[in-house]
Amino acid sequence: MLTPTYMDYSSTTPVDARVAKKMAKYLTMEGDFGNAASRSHYFGWQAEKAVDEARSQVADLVGADPREIVWTSGATESNNLAIKGIAHFYQKRGKHIITLKTEHKAVLDTCRQLEREGFEVTYLDPLPNGLLDLNLLKKTIREDTIMASFMHVNNEIGVIQDLQSIGDVCRKNKVFFHVDAAQSAGKIEIDLTSLPVDLMSFSAHKIYGPKGMGALYVSRKPRVRLEAQIHGGGHERGMRSGTLATHQIVGMGEAFAIAKAEMKEEHARTLKLRQRLYAGFSDMEEVVVNGDLNQRIAGNLNISFNYVEGESLMMAISDVAVSSGSACTSSSLEPSYVLRALGLSDELAHSSIRFSVGRYTTEKDVDDAIAQVKEKVEKLRDLSPLWDMYKDGIDLNSVEWAAH
Amino acid sequence: MAYGKKVLDHYENPRNVGVLDKEANNVGTGMVGAPACGDVMRLQIQVNDDGVIEEAKFKTYGCGSAIASSSLLTEWVKGKTLDEASQIKNTEIVEELELPPVKIHCSVLAEDAIKAAINDLKSKAS
Repeated sequence: MLTPTYMDYSSTTPVDARVAKKMAKYLTMEGDFGNAASRSHYFGWQAEKAVDEARSQVADLVGADPREIVWTSGATESNNLAIKGIAHFYQKRGKHIITLKTEHKAVLDTCRQLEREGFEVTYLDPLPNGLLDLNLLKKTIREDTIMASFMHVNNEIGVIQDLQSIGDVCRKNKVFFHVDAAQSAGKIEIDLTSLPVDLMSFSAHKIYGPKGMGALYVSRKPRVRLEAQIHGGGHERGMRSGTLATHQIVGMGEAFAIAKAEMKEEHARTLKLRQRLYAGFSDMEEVVVNGDLNQRIAGNLNISFNYVEGESLMMAISDVAVSSGSACTSSSLEPSYVLRALGLSDELAHSSIRFSVGRYTTEKDVDDAIAQVKEKVEKLRDLSPLWDMYKDGIDLNSVEWAAH
Repeated sequence: MAYGKKVLDHYENPRNVGVLDKEANNVGTGMVGAPACGDVMRLQIQVNDDGVIEEAKFKTYGCGSAIASSSLLTEWVKGKTLDEASQIKNTEIVEELELPPVKIHCSVLAEDAIKAAINDLKSKAS
């Protein structure tokens, strides 16, 4: 069986060859394998140099000061550190946190944990296009609200939040603003010199860097303090202890540097591919794009082919690797919580497929995918009793289902 | 999680996809599941004068395992009486298709579908 075409870049990306090459120099005896915290010898100094360079590369991409970058094991850890760190440090000021129902589990589950500790969290509903309603945010902020967390780009539907406006509201109300930028860094401009953001999470593996590596931006002006979640040596200005994984850090730095250099061109190319993909489905019936089509990251196309269940379609288009909002594999039988939060009907949520194209996607890949999808959707619709009912003019909402 | 061979086979070559006339007196229709669960099966059976199922058709909205479970069921009920058909257990489907634990509910739904079709037929007779 030939390897399928990869169109799941939102899930993870392959490490860029240039990044892997550089990382390899920091592993073996022949390379710079030292512990960056060893202040007293050459091996430590070499590692420290590499770490410093990478720190600047990451900071450069997002307009931060290198001293504002804290290395972590990934965006999940960064989200944990940011949210728990702020909550614990500033809890005397208040114990109310605001976030969106469509956030990544790394944020939602962390909030749930804080709720168990006695914090109060409000999970806002997004607008149907996935964006945050600023008026709703303004109404929800209270005297005891200490932080708000909203992701820059949503991993499932790719919608881009307006960080400037959200940040302005937070600043005005003295609420710390955390942003999960795992899906956005390196793909769209981020300028932390002007954005009113206090904390920002980054991931390496979403932007052609290694898995298991990330960072957290912690603002120095205005100064943000947080309680460390991992202790043991006080690394990263006391915010995150643990020997620095030089090769991982170097990888992340290089990936971010490449992203900065190639962002404009890559954005244009990816957007064209995504548009080509969408255009390929334009002559099909009952096809719905989930999330705002304009305020959207270039590579993402989350689309529902009504009356065809997502997992069966994924199995059918075996030559393309994608993901689905159908949760047929989860024991709860519930479809994607992100799509449900948008107000999508259950059928559309179960019928959704997420295509995400990236650096190595070609036009041929897109054309082949279109052909396969069209063929299989037709075949699965022939198998679908819901498609029959739709064709007969029956309103599915009026049916009394005999679910068990 | 690679898809099971037998499941793939039923998807690639589904048996008995289609529709029977649900108004006919010798046709029983069972529609189970809900779009909310991502699984809807419509199973139809046609009996002859001796009460033996001579034709069965299905249509399913659901994952590969759901499609395979219902497809398999239409194969199994042909040639059986209504009583024999109602004896089919979901566990037999699980075994035949080698369904993993997370997909057992698909086989349960298929069992529900055949029972619903049989009930529909019986209610027409009375």
